[in-house]
Amino acid sequence: MAEAQFRFRDDEPVGDPGVTVDSFGDQSNAAAVRLEPGDEARDLLPHLDRIRLIEINFPVYGDGRGYTAARVLREAGYTGELRAVGDVLVDQLAFMRRCGFDAFAPEVPLDPADAHAAFDRYSEVYQTAADGRAPIWAKRHG
Amino acid sequence: MGNLMYRYDTYDQATVDARVEEFRDQVRRRIDGHLTEDQFKPLRLMNGLYLQLHAYMLRVAVPYGTLSGAQMHALGDIADKYDRGYGHFTTRQNIQYNWIKLDQAPDILADLAKVEMHAIQTSGNCIRNTSSDQYAGAAADEVTDPRPYAELIRQWSTFHPEFSYLPRKFKIAVIASETDRAAMRLHDIGIQIVRNDAGELGCAFYVGGGMGRTPMIAPLIKPFVPLDQFITYAEAALRVYNRHGRRDNKYKARIKILVHELGKDEYTRQVETEFAHLLVQNIEPPLAELERIKAQFADPKFETGLSDDLDRSDPDFALWVDNNCVRHKAPGYIAVTISLKPIGGIPGDASADQMRLMAGLATQYSFDELRVTHAQNIVLPHVRKDQLYALWQALDDAGLGTANLDLVGDIIACPGLDYCSLANARSIPVAQKIGQRLAAKEQEIGELKLKISGCINACGHHHAGHIGILGVDRKGTENYQLLLGGCEGADTSLGQITGPGFDEDGIVDAVEKATELYLNTRAEGERFLDTYRRIGMAPFKEALYG
Repeated sequence: MAEAQFRFRDDEPVGDPGVTVDSFGDQSNAAAVRLEPGDEARDLLPHLDRIRLIEINFPVYGDGRGYTAARVLREAGYTGELRAVGDVLVDQLAFMRRCGFDAFAPEVPLDPADAHAAFDRYSEVYQTAADGRAPIWAKRHG
Repeated sequence: MGNLMYRYDTYDQATVDARVEEFRDQVRRRIDGHLTEDQFKPLRLMNGLYLQLHAYMLRVAVPYGTLSGAQMHALGDIADKYDRGYGHFTTRQNIQYNWIKLDQAPDILADLAKVEMHAIQTSGNCIRNTSSDQYAGAAADEVTDPRPYAELIRQWSTFHPEFSYLPRKFKIAVIASETDRAAMRLHDIGIQIVRNDAGELGCAFYVGGGMGRTPMIAPLIKPFVPLDQFITYAEAALRVYNRHGRRDNKYKARIKILVHELGKDEYTRQVETEFAHLLVQNIEPPLAELERIKAQFADPKFETGLSDDLDRSDPDFALWVDNNCVRHKAPGYIAVTISLKPIGGIPGDASADQMRLMAGLATQYSFDELRVTHAQNIVLPHVRKDQLYALWQALDDAGLGTANLDLVGDIIACPGLDYCSLANARSIPVAQKIGQRLAAKEQEIGELKLKISGCINACGHHHAGHIGILGVDRKGTENYQLLLGGCEGADTSLGQITGPGFDEDGIVDAVEKATELYLNTRAEGERFLDTYRRIGMAPFKEALYG
């Protein structure tokens, strides 16, 4: 399990290692699971009520499948921790946050000042995503 | 100035300004070593900054090709201040500057932001600048102005959090007439605004077209999506691609390969499933937002009661009118194409002075509006016919009066090996030589769209040329393959390779031979493309290799 460098939750972090999606179905007591880019996030939907941590791995920052996985899980009502792990860089943080990630465990720790600047950079957003922020169109026609 | 095009409000401006500061910060971290070149690369690319053969190149977005006079003027000033006094208009209706210094790039973005422009997502594996019909708002055959829909897509796609690291780049075009002037079906998503039997407007979705090394014509996957659902439909189409598009091979990563490998029906089924799911996720901007944007693209105040007559007594003017001007929806007006293809020139290049001159002429003669075309020319969309002669004289004095729209001299060419680090061969000198060789005969030859790419990535659209030329590397020397029969538009077709390639002089000879065969063989009223389609490849092969 990768320790989160940035975490936007108040609850106690889950200490269990995340098991693979394949083995998850067999381990009825597992509370943490790790999703690889090729895994199907929707396979987890029947089990969301017992999951407390989902790690989504980014082996390379350019593989953007994890963004879709994150949104799919949040759209299905998952409220547990969603942690981005692996090749997580400063300039992907804001996109990840919008897709529903609320914890970040970069393989190489990030400069905290750069990271916080990146989280707060854009005061306005154009789209509905998984972070509950009102898009610009909603503000224009509020 | 009228309000004929989209103007930023405080939300749009805040977003673009934040981007300037973000990029300034990224450049700082690159220069002070916090970012490696590998880490910086995708960031600068998403700001349109490429490292070319000799310098950085900056690609600036011109959303759906529409510019105000002030914006065109600013583009000229940037060419003077930060480049070598010229810029290059591209087949994506954008502009590129080829001699940029890294530490000045943030200042250029700041200058652009002052005129409501940016370089956001002009490169990278994300949703690129949305292109459209260069005669939008002026064309007599459109069902509506397609640009408001393109603007809504611009906003939705800007910093889209889920789709900024797609398998590959993603290009969308929006048109609103049966005559497709934007090569819509050669895009990742092509949208045609159509009217259904009930008289309502909606979007026909074509998905999976593209050029590159595996050219494909996009199939229609959904004939009618209501206007209050089309952003959601696009989101569904992108989500299926982001999840399942191939990432193991960059040459198989475009959506066309996914649609082809899954099959149109299976891809469509997956999109429909995702669409049904997303419809309840509150993705779609309200119709009021579309109406807000539409109001900004309202028609200019056209004068009424104008004559449609033109004084054609000056033969040079008459030739230019016949070649470069098209019918306008308003009586007494005409849409004008300014050719950036002077004989022997570099296709798509304009000097800073020419850009500022065109800006001034747009203000004076065309309700302050210009368009960039995917054929690398500039359009003044709304010109009064009784002012057309004065406009033409001003253009001609500045070397901008070339009368060759859609003729063989109106060549599309990518930057090629003169600039581009991906290229295998030069494109520009070949374009120059062909233009010079055939200049005297181009009026006789008539419509002939010739397109040149310096590598298989097909930025010069060679697959869609009536005559296409593809530069390749053959054992260390530049070699050029000839293709015939490509076409964009409503009757889109892909060009076929004639046979073995040619060297630089040989390809010029080969093009001339093909045009000679056409001139000797054509039936009454046939364009080059029509003759090729009638007689087929064999006679051309015989003329070229026999």
